[in-house]
Amino acid sequence: MKDFNSDFWGIYIAVIVIVSMIWLGYLVVSQSKVKLKKGEKAEVTGHKWDGDLEEYSNPLPGWWVVLFYATIVFAVGYLVAYPGLVAFGNVWNWSSTGQHAQEVKKADDKYGPMFAKYQAMPIEQVAQNPEARDIGKRLFYTYCIQCHGSDARGAKGFPNLTDNDWLYGGDAVKVVETINNGRHGQMPAFGAAFGEEKVRDVANYVLKLAGKPNNEARATRGGDTFKQVCMACHGADGKGNQSLGAPNLTDNIWLYGGSEATIVETITNGRDNVMPAWQAFLGDAKVHLLAAYVYGLSHNQQ
Amino acid sequence: MNRVQKLIEEKVGWLIVLTVLVISVAMMVEILPLMFMKSVTQPIKDVKPYTALQLAGRDIYIREGCYNCHSQMIRPFRAETERYGHFSVAGESVYDHPFQWGSKRTGPDLARVGGRYSDEWHRAHLIRPQDVVPESIMPPFPWLASSKVDAESLPAKMTALRRLGVPYTDADIADSVKAVEGKTEMDAIIAYLQGLGLALKNKR
Repeated sequence: MKDFNSDFWGIYIAVIVIVSMIWLGYLVVSQSKVKLKKGEKAEVTGHKWDGDLEEYSNPLPGWWVVLFYATIVFAVGYLVAYPGLVAFGNVWNWSSTGQHAQEVKKADDKYGPMFAKYQAMPIEQVAQNPEARDIGKRLFYTYCIQCHGSDARGAKGFPNLTDNDWLYGGDAVKVVETINNGRHGQMPAFGAAFGEEKVRDVANYVLKLAGKPNNEARATRGGDTFKQVCMACHGADGKGNQSLGAPNLTDNIWLYGGSEATIVETITNGRDNVMPAWQAFLGDAKVHLLAAYVYGLSHNQQ
Repeated sequence: MNRVQKLIEEKVGWLIVLTVLVISVAMMVEILPLMFMKSVTQPIKDVKPYTALQLAGRDIYIREGCYNCHSQMIRPFRAETERYGHFSVAGESVYDHPFQWGSKRTGPDLARVGGRYSDEWHRAHLIRPQDVVPESIMPPFPWLASSKVDAESLPAKMTALRRLGVPYTDADIADSVKAVEGKTEMDAIIAYLQGLGLALKNKR
């Protein structure tokens, strides 16, 4: 009632609904007056079509009339249980939000102890537990596969979680940190600063770091640039820096692709990669199970 | 024959009047009062009118028929709120004309897709959904990346929305063309998607 800008609307609704129901009741009573004795024939309405086509005024079938009354009785009960007549208040305090809260509470009561059990265990141990892995897998399928894929092998720009190669670190603490707070990986664009030729030189040096075929002369020149600029994040040896999320360039594992063209694109335009934060949405218990699942993807095979 | 029956069956004027009355009862009781309900007509905290770019994106969303497969209405059931987040409330849609609630879900609900994925994900996904979700049956929308936003129509759209009660200022309308200058339709639809449902994001 408080939600309406005037009390009028509660009364308005109640009046229309009650008048409608009384009218329906009157209608069915008034139409059930004709009763026929056995063998008696119903009168005709007097309407005549095509010369000899007439219409009987038969009484309403008994089962149908009973059903009609039943719907009226049902409607009264329904309007009390789900407060339709606003003016009469909410007798049993029903609301859709309350119903949702109840449903959530029931589920929390049921699953809470299970979540608590795993939350008390270290992630390395949860990762070995088959039941916990099943739960983690379902969570992963709901929240994570859109980027990381249903096989967790990622896609272009979205890390593979099964290869034990980590941008930010793969121990349990780091995985939890990544899921909780998300990540924002940024590589600046060097296209303007380097110019086309220098970008290709550096790209060839990166190919060399990864042990891939490259242009030796270009790679040598690129190496100098790398040591002046790129090593700030990727390290002098190109092995990256997990505290910055700078990828290891020597392992031939690529986030965006390892062809010369793709590396040139990466150096020229830079990269900007976001993983959203999940702590507030999922809560610690689910993050714990998810982290264990992700941890297990690359640690369980050994 | 009964008097009422005679009236309805033999006087066509009465038949029309009573038929209209009967079929309008539901509207009078279930729809009309909502227009005078605070939770339906007033925005909840943090709900803001779409920016010019988001508005352009919203029109692209409608043009491409996204609503044919995606609803924007999280129902108050745990199975939905676990997956998508807080259920949708009416006060989130007050600036939507028309709203995009929908009821057809071939794809997932998008009411709270804002911030759920990165801009880059949306870009890759809209150009070719299967690049990021191989199992997806969503069609690709690569032309969005190469077409420019129709900026010229924005002031008229925003003026129309203002007449419907969206509080755009004169400055908002005047700046709208400039605000989307050089933006692609991809930029616009991503801006729209990334703004969806933020008012109750991360709440339970």
